[in-house]
Amino acid sequence: MNSSSILLGLAGVLYGAAPIMFAVIGETIAERSGIINLSLNGTILLSAMAGFAAAVGTGSIFLGFVAGAAIGALVALVVAFSSITLKQSQVAVGFVLTLLCRDLSYFLGHAYIGVGGPRLNAVPIPVLSQIPILGTLVFNQDVMTYGSFIIIFLAWFWIFRTRPGLMLRGIGERPAAAYVRGANINRLRYIYTIIGGAIAGLAGPAFSLSVKAGWAGSLSGLDGYGWIALSITIFGGWDPFRAAFGVYLFSFLQWLGLILQPYLPNIPTQVLQVAPFPLMILTLLLVNISNAEWVQRWLATLPEGTRRVVVKLLRALRALPPASLGVPFESE
Amino acid sequence: MKKFNWLNFGFQIGAIILALLFTTAVLLLAGAPPLQAYLSVIKGMVGSMDDITNVLSAWAPLLLTTCGVLLTFAAGLWNIGIEGQIMAGAIFTTGALRLMLNSSLPTGWILVIGFLAGLVGGAIWAALAGVLKIFGGVNEIFGGLGLNFVATAFALYLIIGPWARPGIASTSGTLMFPQKLWLPAMGNYAFSPWALGLGILVVILVFFLLRGTHFGLRLKAVGKNVKAAFLMGVPTWQYSMMAFLICGAFAGLAGAIQVTSVYHRLTPAISSGYGFLGLLVAMLINYQALWAAPVTLFFAALNIGGIQLPIILKLDSSLSGVLQETLVLFVLLVEGARQNLFRKR
Repeated sequence: MNSSSILLGLAGVLYGAAPIMFAVIGETIAERSGIINLSLNGTILLSAMAGFAAAVGTGSIFLGFVAGAAIGALVALVVAFSSITLKQSQVAVGFVLTLLCRDLSYFLGHAYIGVGGPRLNAVPIPVLSQIPILGTLVFNQDVMTYGSFIIIFLAWFWIFRTRPGLMLRGIGERPAAAYVRGANINRLRYIYTIIGGAIAGLAGPAFSLSVKAGWAGSLSGLDGYGWIALSITIFGGWDPFRAAFGVYLFSFLQWLGLILQPYLPNIPTQVLQVAPFPLMILTLLLVNISNAEWVQRWLATLPEGTRRVVVKLLRALRALPPASLGVPFESE
Repeated sequence: MKKFNWLNFGFQIGAIILALLFTTAVLLLAGAPPLQAYLSVIKGMVGSMDDITNVLSAWAPLLLTTCGVLLTFAAGLWNIGIEGQIMAGAIFTTGALRLMLNSSLPTGWILVIGFLAGLVGGAIWAALAGVLKIFGGVNEIFGGLGLNFVATAFALYLIIGPWARPGIASTSGTLMFPQKLWLPAMGNYAFSPWALGLGILVVILVFFLLRGTHFGLRLKAVGKNVKAAFLMGVPTWQYSMMAFLICGAFAGLAGAIQVTSVYHRLTPAISSGYGFLGLLVAMLINYQALWAAPVTLFFAALNIGGIQLPIILKLDSSLSGVLQETLVLFVLLVEGARQNLFRKR
């Protein structure tokens, strides 16, 4: 394998990561406000189908993405309504929705299986795409991949560098304190859940109109990405940069599995394709293990020098969820 | 709460009507004739003796998974890993049966050992999720999901690799077992009374376990409030682990049934989604074991009823799923609305 094909492969890693990036950033925003949208896996499938159908029907790729975002927002609205207004379990409703959206996408998308559809083209950015290495890697992608780069920075800037972003963190961490400061908690939670859902809804068409263009029902190979995205959201510690690292790591591992395939003839492709999942569990374990009680007890028994190193390591890995994640807010 | 029972009933009927309206709208959106589609589903459930026995075959594993998650739900745990636990059970059962293919043991014993292997396989897989949760701080939803994918990948590896059919290695499944290793069925139908007997035994067990035993009471205490339960002297993590283990064992038995009585081999889709469906049923019946049997029968019937849809009406068979999931969704939403209404008064 020569260096130019490795470079193209790495550009493919960034390209293939774009849909998951939208899903992870969308979920991060919703969870920052305190709402878990567990419907992500179904949302991606349904928005992929709807986006594809809309693009085929109207001939406009743009409208395909609008349709995907609309589906994501709609599903998020149901999650918000049932958990904020009706105070039902977010996990229960999200779980039902994830299955419902999946089956809806298979049922309604039946007529679109195998239909030829449009696909996003790469748009090299003038001048910048001529830069050696970086040009091929970053500046010779399609619009949605550029969008996936931008959304990382936008989300990070919004959450950590703006006043409304401070409020967003507030309603997820200590809603009561934010309420005293005059925030309308439930309205904000509605807004952020729906915005997060709409962003996550872009993931579907980013698959069906770009990365895995077309619709093949249950054979589209999209089932599972939503769960991956939910895990990466945790791994990312609700920070867009760390989340982006997780997304690229995942995409890189998938690519690695693909190129290692010829060297590991005894292991079937299907097995290598799921290799990221056990790694995901492992990373979640690393991220969470310092929260376990026995670890704290074990740490106390270590000699001082070792302990300091281990604590530092665990702290760097640790991700604490927003304190009020999944907890409904009552103003009384 | 008690005096509003008639009202609750009305709300539940309302939820069912809403679910039917929604599903009808979905059918219209797909350009399908709703009445014909519903009739086709009903005909697919009870149209012939074959259909009815197929429904009964699907009922047994679904009963087992539903009963399993009733226990984990009671302990306040979301055992999404149940799909992988079914798979692990199926893998262990297949492995055990393969080992005993040429043994001189009586068939009955081979099957019993196969079922025990399935039980152990499911419990081991559940134990992994439990250990990750209890000692690793990994939420059981994500640990379980990851383990689901791992179980499927492992099955695929076995099906293509070491357990491949001679000549053709295909992902469709392993070589079918000889008929003597099939769970005894009723006449020429697929339905095995043994499987259903096991399912009914388990539902009765779980009903009484949750209703009238010390164990059930403590399990529920852990589910309602871990800290309070711990302070009251309940060994909390041991109870959580027990819930995982028993649920995994039931799921493993469901996998064993799928291998010995439904598919007679190992396939990558052997769980048939009964794990997730069991979670849905548990939510629909508001975690009351009393209703597990009738509702799982209805859901199993819906599953079987939808199978013919692609052939008869050129529709995807996921219609059954859409109906099941909208039912659960609207029951949850209407229940929320009802609580909301009475809270405000």
